Amino acid sequence: MVGVAVMLAAPAFAAPDPARIEAGRYQAILADCIGCHTAPGGKAFAGGVLLDTPFGKLATPNITPDKATGLGNWSAADFRAAVKTGMAPGGRRLYPAMPYPAYARISDADLNDLWAYLQSLAPVRNPVNVNQLAFPFNIRGLMAGWNWLYFKTAAIQPQPGKSAAFSRGEYLVNGPGHCGACHTPKNLFGADTAAALTGSALQGWFAPDITAAPRRGIGGWHVSEVVTYLKTGHNSHAMATGPMAEVIENSTALMRDADLAAIATYLTALPGDGAAPAPLSAGDARMKEGALVYDSNCRGCHNSGGGGQSLIFPPLAANPVVQQQSADSLIRVVLAGTQSAQTARAPTAAAMPSFAWRLNDVEVAAVLTYIRNAWGNAAAPVSPDAVTKTRRSMPRH
Amino acid sequence: MTQSGDGGADKSEGLKLCRRRFLASVAVLAIPGAPALARSYSGIKPPFFPFGADPPRPINPAGWYFLKPNEVAMVEAIVDRFIPADHLSPGGKDAGCAVFIDRQLAGSYGASSRLYMKGPFMPGLATQGYQGELTPAGRYRLGLARLSDYIRAHYAGKEFAALSHAQQDDVLAGLESGKIELKLVPGFSARAFFELMLQNTMEGFFADPLYGGNRGMVAWKMIGFPGARYDYRDYVEKHNQPYPHGPVSIYGEHG
Amino acid sequence: MAKLLPRKDVVIMGLGWTGSILGQELTAAGLDVLAIERGPWRDTANDFNIGYMPDELRYAIRKDLFLKPADEAMTMRNNVSQTALPMRDYGSFLPGAGVGGAGVHWNGQCWRYDPSDFIAKSHLTQRYGARKIAELQLQDWGVTFDEIEHCYDRYEYLCGTSGKAGVIKGQVQQGGNPFEGSRSREYPNPPLKRPYCASLFEEAARNLGLHPFPTPAANLSRPYVNPLGVAMGECTYCGYCERFGCANYSKSTPQTTILPVLIRKRNFEVRTECEVMKINLHPDGKTAKSVTYLDEKGVECEQPGDLILLCGYGLMNVRMLFLSGIGKPYDPKTGQGTLGRNYCYQTGGGGATLYFDDKRFNPFMGAGALISSAHDFNGDNFDHAHLDFVGGASISSGQTNGRPISGRPTPPGTPRWGSQWKAATAATYGHVMSIGGSGSSYAIRGNYLDLDPTYTDRHGRPLLRITFDFPDNDIRMQNWVGAQVEKIARSLNPKILTTGKASKGWNAVPYQSTHNTGGAVMGADPKTSVVNRYLQSWDVSNLFVLGASAFPQNAAVNPTGTVCALAYWAAEAIRDRYIKSPGALVPA
Repeated sequence: MVGVAVMLAAPAFAAPDPARIEAGRYQAILADCIGCHTAPGGKAFAGGVLLDTPFGKLATPNITPDKATGLGNWSAADFRAAVKTGMAPGGRRLYPAMPYPAYARISDADLNDLWAYLQSLAPVRNPVNVNQLAFPFNIRGLMAGWNWLYFKTAAIQPQPGKSAAFSRGEYLVNGPGHCGACHTPKNLFGADTAAALTGSALQGWFAPDITAAPRRGIGGWHVSEVVTYLKTGHNSHAMATGPMAEVIENSTALMRDADLAAIATYLTALPGDGAAPAPLSAGDARMKEGALVYDSNCRGCHNSGGGGQSLIFPPLAANPVVQQQSADSLIRVVLAGTQSAQTARAPTAAAMPSFAWRLNDVEVAAVLTYIRNAWGNAAAPVSPDAVTKTRRSMPRH
Repeated sequence: MTQSGDGGADKSEGLKLCRRRFLASVAVLAIPGAPALARSYSGIKPPFFPFGADPPRPINPAGWYFLKPNEVAMVEAIVDRFIPADHLSPGGKDAGCAVFIDRQLAGSYGASSRLYMKGPFMPGLATQGYQGELTPAGRYRLGLARLSDYIRAHYAGKEFAALSHAQQDDVLAGLESGKIELKLVPGFSARAFFELMLQNTMEGFFADPLYGGNRGMVAWKMIGFPGARYDYRDYVEKHNQPYPHGPVSIYGEHG
Repeated sequence: MAKLLPRKDVVIMGLGWTGSILGQELTAAGLDVLAIERGPWRDTANDFNIGYMPDELRYAIRKDLFLKPADEAMTMRNNVSQTALPMRDYGSFLPGAGVGGAGVHWNGQCWRYDPSDFIAKSHLTQRYGARKIAELQLQDWGVTFDEIEHCYDRYEYLCGTSGKAGVIKGQVQQGGNPFEGSRSREYPNPPLKRPYCASLFEEAARNLGLHPFPTPAANLSRPYVNPLGVAMGECTYCGYCERFGCANYSKSTPQTTILPVLIRKRNFEVRTECEVMKINLHPDGKTAKSVTYLDEKGVECEQPGDLILLCGYGLMNVRMLFLSGIGKPYDPKTGQGTLGRNYCYQTGGGGATLYFDDKRFNPFMGAGALISSAHDFNGDNFDHAHLDFVGGASISSGQTNGRPISGRPTPPGTPRWGSQWKAATAATYGHVMSIGGSGSSYAIRGNYLDLDPTYTDRHGRPLLRITFDFPDNDIRMQNWVGAQVEKIARSLNPKILTTGKASKGWNAVPYQSTHNTGGAVMGADPKTSVVNRYLQSWDVSNLFVLGASAFPQNAAVNPTGTVCALAYWAAEAIRDRYIKSPGALVPA
């Protein structure tokens, strides 16, 4: 599709360098531009995705070269400024939902390639009402203050004594990959805290800890297993669903293997906190109830020992996603169901069905408490109130 | 879709609407420039719908939806003779079989809504199956009325429910054997009516309790059927040994 | 006036097993493929929810996933002296509906036919003389087992079939079916676990000198990734297989093996809830131009295509040919004509039911193909010289389900209701096993398909009419095999043994088998077949007719494996020969 778009859009008046466009296409993959700038069922890069931020709704802009509704009137310099400093032409400030603090680390050369690629796309006319925030967050000027407080640009300097793969990984994770946008906890103002990549709530999900923390993070994963996960959406420890499934489908599955290995090298070297609560005892009433629910609902796929089944049903035992501080993602998955990532190497897209119709809040809490504390897992119990709250908050059709 | 005939359409309607919305957008993505064809799937991940379930809706146990009070009395008495209360289980009435039949007759089953119901309706051979125009609901209405007529005529004006158990059994056995004929319609004999009632009673007794019968999973407990469980991998090779767990229903009751 | 739509390279009618296989193969060859499907989209997590899929009433009794007779019914009679009447509810067989077709709710018994099945007429004539089969209308298939062996192999590896090979490259394997045609390699997965009844059956059969083996199962014995990269789960023996969708991706269906890859392709499209009305021919009558269908709003659309593939259930393929005026209708009086010829079914009866006091079978632990079989009396695996029939049956015992509305046997003589019935039901459930025979069904002149003169569907088109009764040959065969079944059963010393008999008078009401074959049969001679050895219509060269409608007669075991092997066979012919040079692949 991208190839077709390139051919259709090649403007007669310019002679874009195909190598630069191709390089830019890869930059767009690294930065997962399509993830936020393509609406479900909409044209690629034409924007219109509603982002639910803690401060309200933002719609992502159209970044195709359409003159009226996209970036058709921008220059390369305008583009670089917007991506790296959050300053759009005319002094409008972008909201940090656009991860310019991370993108600031991308080199100008790479950004020029990205620009060449975006300019090569067919213009799509798609007006987007970007700012749907409520007062006072709808005042873009506020972002100046935010930037002064939290926007720390620093080009990445290779850490001495680290391998080239580690350094490339650090750049990809903290630069174009903007992993921290989801995985790093935020302060009250939506800025990253120092606990980088240790997990954070977003849009009703909980993006898990991706440091090398032994229990909650990916400390137990071999570099090659991280690569497999990012390449296919699946490995022997976990399966990607929810927002991460989209990241994998649109971005990491399309990255070069060397870049995936670099990301894996970096993440598996990040020290993490392995502390965990003592697991609930099997005699706990919630555990007993949870075991009963598990037996008649879950074991047909996830197996009696929580071991899952290769490439189709994720294991629950020793799965970091199951043992995050927050059970938000788990509650959501049990209530609504979820679908795993679909990639060229793992095309099944197996899905878990909805149990909202069958399990009440006490049962959902019990079974989640159980899987978080059975088979060597340990994590805080889940309260029925938390399930009630999530059930109420989730949109039905 | 709903089996219970209590109007459970909202949920599946919602799902359909959601799918329609989704697919309209898919079609645009899939075949640019072509006319927007609904329900077109192309170039996409298999569709998945959060909360996309179409569960059967449990019947509301209160009241009667199809049967009239005199019919209720008859059907309750009949299901109690088909399945008498004893040490093995409660009777058909307490197990909910009459409620089950009522809800089935009030729903799509009672109306033959999925069947081929175009004429001409002609008498058929036994190998050709039921060829009558009456739906199950119509057959119950007619059959119960004629059965009531028959009993009043033969048992001093009494209703079926007022007969002794032995008399009730005699009547049912007479229907079953064909000794008792009722004034029904061609293609629908008293015996066929008996078979219909027996089949529906057993359906109710052994179906999931959400449909009204098998209350408390009494039928499943009686025979040792574990119900809506889905994984016997650990047991299938344990030959000649009892399965250790009780039944589970679709709505998660454990028995 | 129908809305004229942009043309496609290939238009497929029906997205079940054969439509999915052809879709996958022809998109891989670079063609732009459209599938038109009457029913809805269906997939595991949204439609086969593990919480409510185990619902016997909804799915097995009220038949929620099946074709509704209100949408398409058929009429039936046993012979031409009777007046056919509509099957107002499907009973004897249950056609599928929707994406996946009957592939959604099949049992997963994934068989190959024997080499002699494909050359039934010439083989039996050679061995026993023409008189032996004079009362039958047997035909060769025009294709041999060896020619399609690799197609069977592809299908089995697509499905992840669980089984034990009997003959690999001519070498007999321990524990498999020694009578099978030689295969190129072992099954992709080992056999399923053995339930108690199958173990008892295997032991008893072995003691009598027979050769039992695990029935090849498209229920998976372990997690599996097929050659398309699609992953499947392990069968959990839930007992809700046939008539149900599989909730945990462990039964091979179009959904669990092909569709995730197929609908990802931009050169594939499926339009659901669109019903094809007819195939339109060019004025020369020799090639198809388009199909006319009604979309989900009832709007009439004309879809042109260079290649038209009929991929519905076999009976519906035959009806579509009739409705489109393609092919010469078969006349049972003269034996002339081809369309509707050689309709066959599956022969049942002659099974044994064994009641025990001291054995507990837990029948609810089941899978569609959790069965052991013996083929000592199948096909022509035994000498028929001194027998008064040809053909044979697959003898088997297994556990597919213990669902209590339909399966709660009581000893003979037990009342059907009341206290005695209850006591007997409670005491007997779980203590009964059965041994059955699934028999071949051979064509005779009087069994055929055509259009009904009276009854019409919701669009006013004539229904298909089935004229069928079990041939005398098949009744004799089945009852002879029944006697062998009884020997096995007796050797197990049940407390009570009951046996059945096969008999004339096919009854449309009780369920027997959804293995309807023939009516658009394949062959080498256009005078006796509708399609050539590549399933290409003799009359319309850009039309292929897939499915069991192509079987000249039916073998004893389940047809799906052969239906799908032939689909690969046809796909190869289209890909390797037809695309390069469209036209008849076999001169008429």
